[in-house]
Parts: sequence; C-alpha cells; structure tokens
Amino acid sequence: MDNLLSIITFLPTVAALVMAVFLRGNDEAAKKNAKYVALFATSVTFLLSLFVIAQFDPQDTGFQFVENRSWIMGLNYRMGVDGISVLFVMLTTFLMPLVILASWNVDKRVKDYMIAFLLLETLMIGVFSALDLILFYLFFEAGLIPMFLIIGIWGGANRVYASFKFFLYTFLGSVLMLVAIIAMYIDAGTTDIAALMNHEFASGPLEVLGISIGGGLQGLLFLAFFASFAVKIPMWPVHTWLPDAHVQAPTGGSVVLAAILLKMGGYGFLRFSLPMFPVGSEVFGPMVLWLSAIAIVYTSLVALVQQDMKKLIAYSSVAHMGFVTMGIFSANQQGVDGAIFQMISHGFISGALFLAVGVIYERMHTREIEAYGGLVNRMPAYALVFMFFTMANVGLPGTSGFVGEFLTLVGIFQVNTWVAMIATSGVIFSAAYALYLYRRVVFGDLIKESLKTISDMTMRERWIMAPLVAATLILGIYPSLVLDIISPSVEALVSNYAAAQPLDVVAQASSH
Amino acid sequence: MDTDLIAASVRASSPEIIVIIGACAALMLSLWPHQDQQKYLTWLSLITILLASAQTLQLSPRPVNIVETTYSGMFVVDAFATYFKMLLYLGTALTILMSGKFLQTEEAVKGEYYVLLLFALAGTMIMVSGADLLIIYIGLELQALSIYVLTGFLKTRGRSVEAALKYVILGAFSSGILLYGLSLIYGLTGSTQLGVLNSALATADLSEPMLILATVFLLVGLLFKIGAVPFHMWVPDIYEGAPTPITAYLSVASKTAAFAVLLRVFMGSLIGLEPLWSSGLAAIAVATMALGSLVALVQDNIKRLLAYSSISHVGFLLLGIIAGTTSGMSAILLYLLIYTFMTLGLFAIVILLHRDVRAGEPLTLFSGLAQSHAGLAFMAMIFLFSLAGIPPTGGFFAKFYVLVALIDAGHVTLAVIAVLLSAVAAWFYLRLIMLIYIQPAEPTTGSTAAPATGPTGHARAAILLSAPMRLVLLFSFSGTVLSGIFPAWFLAMARQASLSGLGN
Repeated sequence: MDNLLSIITFLPTVAALVMAVFLRGNDEAAKKNAKYVALFATSVTFLLSLFVIAQFDPQDTGFQFVENRSWIMGLNYRMGVDGISVLFVMLTTFLMPLVILASWNVDKRVKDYMIAFLLLETLMIGVFSALDLILFYLFFEAGLIPMFLIIGIWGGANRVYASFKFFLYTFLGSVLMLVAIIAMYIDAGTTDIAALMNHEFASGPLEVLGISIGGGLQGLLFLAFFASFAVKIPMWPVHTWLPDAHVQAPTGGSVVLAAILLKMGGYGFLRFSLPMFPVGSEVFGPMVLWLSAIAIVYTSLVALVQQDMKKLIAYSSVAHMGFVTMGIFSANQQGVDGAIFQMISHGFISGALFLAVGVIYERMHTREIEAYGGLVNRMPAYALVFMFFTMANVGLPGTSGFVGEFLTLVGIFQVNTWVAMIATSGVIFSAAYALYLYRRVVFGDLIKESLKTISDMTMRERWIMAPLVAATLILGIYPSLVLDIISPSVEALVSNYAAAQPLDVVAQASSH
Repeated sequence: MDTDLIAASVRASSPEIIVIIGACAALMLSLWPHQDQQKYLTWLSLITILLASAQTLQLSPRPVNIVETTYSGMFVVDAFATYFKMLLYLGTALTILMSGKFLQTEEAVKGEYYVLLLFALAGTMIMVSGADLLIIYIGLELQALSIYVLTGFLKTRGRSVEAALKYVILGAFSSGILLYGLSLIYGLTGSTQLGVLNSALATADLSEPMLILATVFLLVGLLFKIGAVPFHMWVPDIYEGAPTPITAYLSVASKTAAFAVLLRVFMGSLIGLEPLWSSGLAAIAVATMALGSLVALVQDNIKRLLAYSSISHVGFLLLGIIAGTTSGMSAILLYLLIYTFMTLGLFAIVILLHRDVRAGEPLTLFSGLAQSHAGLAFMAMIFLFSLAGIPPTGGFFAKFYVLVALIDAGHVTLAVIAVLLSAVAAWFYLRLIMLIYIQPAEPTTGSTAAPATGPTGHARAAILLSAPMRLVLLFSFSGTVLSGIFPAWFLAMARQASLSGLGN
C-alpha cells in the first residue's frame, strides 16, 4: 500500500465523479442513491484511513506513508503524514460519514450537495497530507470552492452575503500566503516541505518601506502566512466571517466548517510558521498570544448575548480556537500538545453541538433561542446528549474538552502569566454562556404551543451522536490515546524551534 | 540566387498566403447564393485555418532556437511566432465556430463576416512574424480595418454601429501615434528593422529627448491596442456594442497579437531602452489592474463586465513584461493561452444565453442557469473560477507563473499589490457564479423583461447546443481544466517559444 494516502485522498473525488457521470434524474430513487453512494464512499475512506493509524509509528518523528512523484516539471506531488497531521486526517475521515448521515433530510439538489461534500473531503485530507508547498496551496485554496457553494446554495436566508464574506476573507488572506510561498521557493529553490523545515530563512534585520521588520525575511514570511491562517482559524479581529458563515450554512456545512476547516489554520501554524520561521514566530509570538487572550475573553462575552444558537456556538468556536493559538505560540511541549488535542477534541464537540442545533432546527425551522424552552420534557435523549456536549464545551474534566484547555493553560503559564490569567477567566465565561444556552433551550416548563408536539431524536440521529459521545468521553478519560501519537513529533518540533533561536533571544526568553 | 531567396521567403510566409487565399475563396463563395452557404463558409474557413496551422507546424523551426529571417530581414519564422500563430488559429477558429449561432439569432448571416475574420487572422499573423516595425504596422492595420467592419456588422443595431465608429476613430488615432513613434525611431536610427535597431540603440544616449519621445509614442500606441489604462476608454463601449463573437475575438486574438508585438519589440529589440519604460509600465500595470477590477464591480452588463475583466487581466499580463526575464515572458505566453481557453468558453456561454440584442446582455441572463442547464452552469463556473485565478483551474497557474517571475525579479511589492487586486477581481466573478447557482430561474431580465408569453424559463429551455458550439465548449473547457492539472505541458511550449523571442 505505497499510495494509501493518495487513495484515501482521492477516493471521495472518484465517488463524486461516478455520481456526476452516472447518476441521472431528480426523483426519489436518484436522491436516495446519491446519499448511499456518498455514505458508502466516506465510510470506505474512513475504514482505509484506519490502516494509516494502525501502521503509523509514533516514535518516528519524520514523515510516514511518503509518496513522492514528479508531478510535472518544477512541481512535485508529495504526500505524507507525521504525528502532527495524521490525527487531522483521521478526524476528517471519521467525521465525514457522520456529516453525510446528518444531511439525510436534505431535499434540494441532493446529488450536487453530496458531490460538493465529497470533493471537500478530498481537499481537506489533501491539505493535511500534502508535503509540497504548492500542492498544499492548491488543496487549501480549492477548498474554498465547495464550501462557498455549500453555504451559497444550501444555506439560510442571508446565504449570499455569508458565502461572499467567507470566500473573500479567506481568499484575501491566502493570496498573501501565495506571495510568501513563491518567495520561499525562490529563496530555498524547493517547495518540499520536509526540506524547507531544514532550510534556514534569513532573519537578519530588514527594512520595508522605512519600517524595520523584526525577524527580517522570516518575519515577513511569518506575517504573510499569519494573514492566511489567522483568518482561517479564525483569530480576533478577523473572525467576523465565521458567525455569518455558520449561521447561514446548512447543518452539514457548519459541522465541516467548525470541526475541520478551522483546524487548517492551526495546522498551518504548526506545519509552517513554527518550524520554518522560528525567529519570526518568536518575534511575533507575543502579539499572537495577546490576540488569543483578547479573543478568548471578548468572543466569550459576545457569545453570552447571542439570540441565535448557531451564532453562539460559532463565537464559542472562536474562543476555543483562541486557546489553540495560545497553546501553539507558547511553543513548549504542553502548549503545542494541548493545542493539537484541543483541535481534535473541538472537532468532535463543536461538530456535535452544530448537529444538536440541526436536530431541533429540522423540527422547528428556527435557531432562535427564544423559540425554545423546556425541551427536556419531550426530548429526554436529546437533553442528555446536549447536556453532555455542553459540559464538554465548558471543559468539564472527564471530557476531551478539559484536557486540551488544561494543557494549553499549563503551556502558556510557563511563558506569559498575564495571558494565562486572562485566558483562564475565559474558561469561566465559557461555562456561563454554555450553561445559559442550555438552560434557556432545554430546561424550564414546556409552555410554547409549537413545541408541544416535538419528537425526540430519531434512531439515525442517535447513531450520529453515539460515535461523537464515545470519542469525547474516551479522549477525556484516556488522553494518552492522542498524546502518545502526537508527542514525539511535537517534541521534535519544539526542540528544533528552541534550537533555531538566536542566542540573545533565548537568553531573553529564559529570563521571563 | 534571387529566385532562391524569393522561394524561401514565399515558403516562410506560406501560412499567411494560405489564409489570404482562403479568404479570397470565401469571398467568391459568399457571392454564390445557397441555403447552406453559411455552413460551407464555416467549413471553408476552418479548413483554411487547419491547413495554415499544418503548414505553420511544418515550418516550425527545429531545433527551436533557429530563427529564419526572410524578405530581406523583414519577416521571421521562429518558435515565438509559431507559438503565437497557433494561439491565433485557436482563437480565430473558436470564434468562427461560435459565430454561426449568433449570426442566425441576429439574422445577419453574410459571407463577408468570415472573409473579414480570415483577413484579420492574416493581419495578426503578420504582426507576430514581423521583424520590421513597418511590417508589423501593416499587419496591425490589416487586422484593425477588418475588425472595424466586423464591429459594425450588425448594421441595423445602433449600438453596433456606434461602437464601430468609436473604434475607427480611436483606432486611427492610436495607429497615428504608433506611426509617429515609428517615424521618430527611423529618424534616429535610420532603420525600422528590429535587428538593426537593437544594435543601433545599444550605444544610444538614453537622455536624448527624441528617443524618449519615440519610445513613449511606440509604447502608447501598443498599450492602446491592448487596452491598458489610461488608454482603455474604448474597451467597454466597443466590447458592449460589437457582435458577441467579435467581442470574444477582440479580447482574445486581437490582444494576443498586440502582446506578441509588445514582447518582440520591447523585450527583444528595445530592451536597451528598458530604463526608459520600466517604471512607467509598472505604474500602468497597477493602474490597469486596479481600474479593471474596481470598475467591473459595478457593471450590470455581462459584456461590459467582461471588458473590464479583460482590462484587469491585461494589467496582470504587463507584470510579466516588467519582470523582464525569460520566465516572465514564458509566463505571459502561458497566460495568453489559458486566457484564450477560459475567455472564449465564457463568451460561448454568453452567446448561448443570448436571445435578443434589444434586451442587451444583463447579468441576470445567467440567473438560474444551474437549474435549467446543470452542465452549462458547471462549465461557466469553472471558467469563472479560472478567470478569478482559483486553483485547480488553469487561471491559477497563469497568474502563478507571472508571480513567480515577478518575485524572482525582485518586484515583491508589485506582486503583493497584484494578488490583493486579484482578490478584488474575484468578487465580480463570484457574483456571476452566485447568479448562476443561487438566483432562481425566474423571468427577471430587468426592465426589458420579455412579455408574459415568453418568460425566461421558457426561452431558456430552448437552448440548443449545436455541434460547433459543443466543439467550442469542449475545447475551452478541457483547455481550462487540463492547464490547471498539468500546467507544465503548456508551460514547456511557452518556455521554448519565449527563448527564441528574446533571442533576436
């Protein structure tokens, strides 16, 4: 299985092509076939990806399952995973069948919908396993197309605005990254990610338009990549596209967006910013830490006053991603471990929360918190699941949400106590908005007339939630499952990062 | 000896001769009234182009770095000219294929249409092969005169006639400027041959006012032809008024030939004058991109929108010249090829959707296309994403290689400006995609909406894909997609061609 990664990556595309070519008509049978083909393809992809994780050797900090082919002159097709990326591939393949299942009631242009999601899966796996800069950029950027269409075609009332905003924000960030990628290619003469990690970009002082840039070329490259990843993850103050996109996207789109697409930003920081521009990261790291702290507090407070459930969860995502960026740029073992763990766990939790909103939205066709109340009376199973994920979102020990937050806080505490203190207060806010949401939607008396006939979760919905509950619980109780896989690679990353710092910077850092 | 020279010259220009003979034959054929006349004319034109391209390939220099100069140094056959000629054949042939349907809708089927297109082709071929400023000028005028007439071809439509008149006046004006620059060059160096100019100007004093004036005039004349800011004013009006296939031709073939001249003259012979024009050209490129992208945002006519989009693409192409290297040049060549595919594809779809010239071509023509014609809608989306430069389409690599050349040459600031403006440009392409995929196919053709008897949905159902149209879409779609997946196949061709272009 030399090209297992490529098979996993492109299997969904093959399924999408098959669907596009052979599936005709728009009757019930065709819709059903589209759903089953998509479910089958994503499930097979997941099963195949189990081989990757089974054969993955955590002790090897280099890239595994490497494929290297000369694609066409100057460009290479390089794929591979290491401890940092392998779990993101797994997260994607694990969630996609659930997303397809959650979209079972989509009725509008079902075939196109399934094709869009299958293509999106290819592009997402591609982002996490590309080992060539240009290839990475192709996957990264092409992913905008299906997501743009998913929001734009299957979204809510204000979908046009939301999809434009999503596209243009992300596009604007990533074109700057493109310029940086080309500059790196010209400087290093290669686009091989493994080689670029060993390439030392100049960090001598540099003046641009009269402003001296800390970290020199590395600083500039860092900023260009930062423009792209900060929008993607997203960080305050460029997060404003996310609430709109989430609110308007269909449930499946929201899940993919929150659970996987956002992680591309965090992954990008880990794959490019820290290892390739260590000096630049050190110079701009404090800025990122403060932005993260602001994001955690500010967006938590904003979440507190939201009227729309999806918007609330979207803001909570921004806050949680604040922990991720904080962990990454504390640049020590616990921080980075915690950031990756937080991303994986947030993939399950936020995905599940959006699915939970989807469950009641399908019944009531509104996401207004006001429209609900007392659901526990008619939907006990739903109340239980929603409670579980609310607690996980708050970071209750025993759920995976706790481990990620705790580790990132341990990481940041060693670097910057003030930021750590502010961020910790965010944990309290997150409990406030999450529990407040839960109380208003689920508890209380069932007085609203429209809710009197609401039915509990169907078998299909329970089966979608079950794996997510299991994953959240298992990772919360036994985090080593994840940490054992990522730690060796993170250790290598962190020690290379520290070794790349010029001496005076190291001296400064240790004096903190 | 003399006859040998003449024979060699005739042989070198045989593709041009074939095209002109074909044009004359088409002229004769057009006098023969027959109900299938249009079909025959189409076939005759296509066969002519095929023969010419076969002959061009036959003559193509092997090995590629050989430059064959004939007609006493006025005419060259090199890889550069060969590449451009193939590009022009492609553009013209696709234009001819998509014309049939349009002329029928407009009830303007006339033989002269095909004759003039072939003459225009001959003109552009002479432009790309010319090694003498005068020969280039003659080719340019032959092309321009044919296009003036074609622009006003719908002579009962006010817009078409108005556009033709504007084009004649402004075109003549720009030709005059070009000619003036040319005569100054002749006065300074005593020659109009590019090879001689190169050596004569190598030692020239760059502060000589006459030389500066001559360079500026030459540059302005050519910038006029490609529609760069601030010489772009004619573009939107003429694109809007001209028959749609001619608009497609203008934005592709015409522009390609003008770029060939710009490259051959400014990056070839007059490279010694680079200090005179490089910074000015950089400013023009930025202004062109900015104006094209920003003004396109507020257009509500599809042809005007595409006009501004083509202006912004011209700005991006100029960046390749500013890079000034072989890789910059090959990036331009690649860009022009991919641009031909995606633009012609989109124009073909505009023609398919077009029903009545009185209704104009509002953007809403596209609305709801995805519901009525999923295949066409998908192609339109790919063309639009490609024009916006989103991977994995060809348009991304077109821009990518220009940026590589630009950054390699040290113009990082320009590259940053260019990518930011291309993000602005993405906005209006997205707007069209939104219309295609999101707006319902309701009869919303604006104020000129058809009466209740013929709502859009009904007329939409009548889109018939004729064989020639299918061919156009097949070519342009596969070109756009393949150049996105295997860009280097195309880049290899462009690179060889540009090496010979810089060689002389």
